[in-house]
Amino acid sequence: MTRALAIVRRYVLIHLKSPARLLDLFFWPVMELFVWGFLSLYFKDANLDTTGRLVVTLINALIFWDVLYRSQQALSLAFMEELWTRNVLNFLISPLRTWEWVVGAYLYGLIKTGIIVGVLFILATFLYAFDITTLGLYFVPICANLLIFGYSMGLFTTGLLLRWGHSAEALIWGVPFLIQPFSAIFYPVSVYPGWLKPVVWILPSTHVMESMRAVLNTGVFPWTSFLTALILNVGFTIFFSWFCLRMLERGRSTGQLVRLT
Amino acid sequence: MKKYKAVTALDGLSLVVRRGEIYGLLGPNGAGKTTAIQILMGVLTPSGGDVRVFGLSPFKDRHRLAGRVNFSSAYVQLPFNLSVVQNLDIFARLYGVPDRAAKIGSMLDSFRLADKAKARTGSLSSGEQTRLNLCKALLNDPELLFLDEPTASLDPDIADLVRTALQGFQRQSGLTIVYTSHNMAEVEALCDRVLFLHRGKAITEGTPKEVANRFEKDNLEKVFIHLARTGDVMDAQTIP
Repeated sequence: MTRALAIVRRYVLIHLKSPARLLDLFFWPVMELFVWGFLSLYFKDANLDTTGRLVVTLINALIFWDVLYRSQQALSLAFMEELWTRNVLNFLISPLRTWEWVVGAYLYGLIKTGIIVGVLFILATFLYAFDITTLGLYFVPICANLLIFGYSMGLFTTGLLLRWGHSAEALIWGVPFLIQPFSAIFYPVSVYPGWLKPVVWILPSTHVMESMRAVLNTGVFPWTSFLTALILNVGFTIFFSWFCLRMLERGRSTGQLVRLT
Repeated sequence: MKKYKAVTALDGLSLVVRRGEIYGLLGPNGAGKTTAIQILMGVLTPSGGDVRVFGLSPFKDRHRLAGRVNFSSAYVQLPFNLSVVQNLDIFARLYGVPDRAAKIGSMLDSFRLADKAKARTGSLSSGEQTRLNLCKALLNDPELLFLDEPTASLDPDIADLVRTALQGFQRQSGLTIVYTSHNMAEVEALCDRVLFLHRGKAITEGTPKEVANRFEKDNLEKVFIHLARTGDVMDAQTIP
């Protein structure tokens, strides 16, 4: 665990030393909050908010999307950092184990996500009278499932980086947006056409977002959805871990790994 | 052996490095020196053959070996966005170095980098970065050190400082060093034995003097030039 904490330290130090990175940490989530927050206010003013829960639903959706997105980015960006600084080989020959690096990157992601979510909650409370207690303690299982799914996608995109190096950089930003339209983030599953629903339900994020809406609409947390998301997450994590490790071994064999440095 | 699709990077290479010696892997660009080092470090899997470091496999037993080995290359850097001390501190933690601050201080003194301790790594000159890499490589008191052209970007004064420091560490701790360099004078001064490679094959092995005598040359530089220009012919031969 000492080595995993050394990795956390490395990434935290990079942020502390770079005002640009600190700004980047908050810039996009806050801008998104402005867009969705003002849009929901507009809907409310135009009497398009029939349920009276539009602001709280959209802002919660935005914050949870950010949890998913940032956790996916945590692992991929941590690996990108090593590519950019040509440090991969130094880590590969050190006693650092792959899982220790992954745990370190996850913890770093958790810190980053926690800070961003905290800032968004505070801003939303002041700007849009958002009530952070609407989800109560159900916030925890919802976040947990999204973090796990984000982390598993991070393993997938890191595998792509191991396979294609810098040419796969664009994918680490793009992959989350491939699943966003099909995860029922900002709208319910009922809006999807029937033929698409089987695809939509394969994603753990869909079950999580439906759970969130269920709590907001009925006050009851659907534990079945939580468990379904958890089981799907286990499946995705196993598959993407296998993929990432396979790419690592392939890189050792083809020389791609040393070329990354 | 290491084969890529159309290229054979190492072909039938067999070598034994003795404990406490400085062993030079020599040859022109593309000879297979770096490939050999990468296989010995366990970051590149061979296409065939067996590799043992301290009797262990660098692939299956990587974690048992990692703390006993280290590496430095003029072509691999430490993260440019952290300070010198921060970088060394991270690696000291990864290697489980006891009394990190004292060890880092002594390394920086040895390589005349103490005044750069708080400088951003990216702001160092290439020579200073090379010395910083060496500090990292010696942090864990390795038993085996792989050095891939460690003095490639250094001026003669600093290159001499680095050689002297390395010899000092080697004498003090019985460190084994596998060394690649294109500076033949440096190799003669440092290496106990050398192996010449050409197109992935071992051409000749021995002490620098033995190798020079074997080819009836005054020094390794002339042997290098001879082998680089006639290597294709030499490829057919086994190590004399």
